[in-house]
Amino acid sequence: MVNGILGKKLGMTQIFAENGIRIPVTVIEAGPCSVVQKKVVDTDGYDAVQLGFGAQKAHRINKPEMGHFKKAGKGVFAFLREMDGNIAECEVGSEILCSDVFSAGDVVDVSGVSKGKGFQGVIKRWNFSGGRSSHGSKFHRHGGSIGCSAWPAHVFKGKKMAGQMGNEQVTTQNLEIVDVRADQNLILVKGAVPGPKNGLVTIRKAVKA
Amino acid sequence: MNIVDQIGNEQMKQDLPDFKGGDTLRVHVKIVEGDKQRIQVYQGVCIKRVNRGIGSTFTVRKISGGMGVERIFPLHSPMVDKIEVLMVGRVRRAKLYYLRKLQGKAARIREKRQN
Repeated sequence: MVNGILGKKLGMTQIFAENGIRIPVTVIEAGPCSVVQKKVVDTDGYDAVQLGFGAQKAHRINKPEMGHFKKAGKGVFAFLREMDGNIAECEVGSEILCSDVFSAGDVVDVSGVSKGKGFQGVIKRWNFSGGRSSHGSKFHRHGGSIGCSAWPAHVFKGKKMAGQMGNEQVTTQNLEIVDVRADQNLILVKGAVPGPKNGLVTIRKAVKA
Repeated sequence: MNIVDQIGNEQMKQDLPDFKGGDTLRVHVKIVEGDKQRIQVYQGVCIKRVNRGIGSTFTVRKISGGMGVERIFPLHSPMVDKIEVLMVGRVRRAKLYYLRKLQGKAARIREKRQN
């Protein structure tokens, strides 16, 4: 079976464990995903399956994409993503459910596109401490010096400065699956996952578990 | 109703008594000691209720050995075995933070007259 599945983040809530401890969970509507295309070593150089997820209106799909979807014969999808894993048992057109891939207690990595914060200064973006606001201070929310002078005569790569924050691919690793509800296609993951509500997330088996 | 709220509502208790700030409560709390479980009773005045679906809590204040003690209970927690309402208090606000500054006779709450 494949190593992961696509889903939609629905939001967060909490559930009570039997010993009364509250577990914060993110509810993800995961799957059902359809296998739209199979990539194999011989033709593509690697093994993977292309999964389709999410309903899409047919008139929003252009002709080349429509031809691609017709080969699988499972209708059109809003999202297409590749997933690796043991793909021998995945046929084009077959459906993958969240309960096929995951069960409660599994450890997963969840990827998504984080909420965009726009162009932000160093205090919000990199947690710089800033200067004092009063007592004659004229140094409030600046980043300060960005390096030395004649040597090295340039700003080092990776220097923390102001810029675009958020709206980038983020992966949260090693989250525990608390519950899998096959009848509703729901996965309950302990903790927070990147992205806004209704955002696309990819749930994979944990690489570091 | 959205699915996230549904998941919360599944675990909510349906048989809770009706109480609010100012009421005197007796809360039966499950305590696990090793592999044994027993019930501890905590009695005091409810000074606050927070209504957030499954995340709802209530705060009970009592004077223990001359020291004010407040405990916050998750309303729907399985560890809260039972809530008894001993007295319905006559108060003019929902959050009784002013009780923290008062002690002795001044901290008393009158019982609400029943019609």
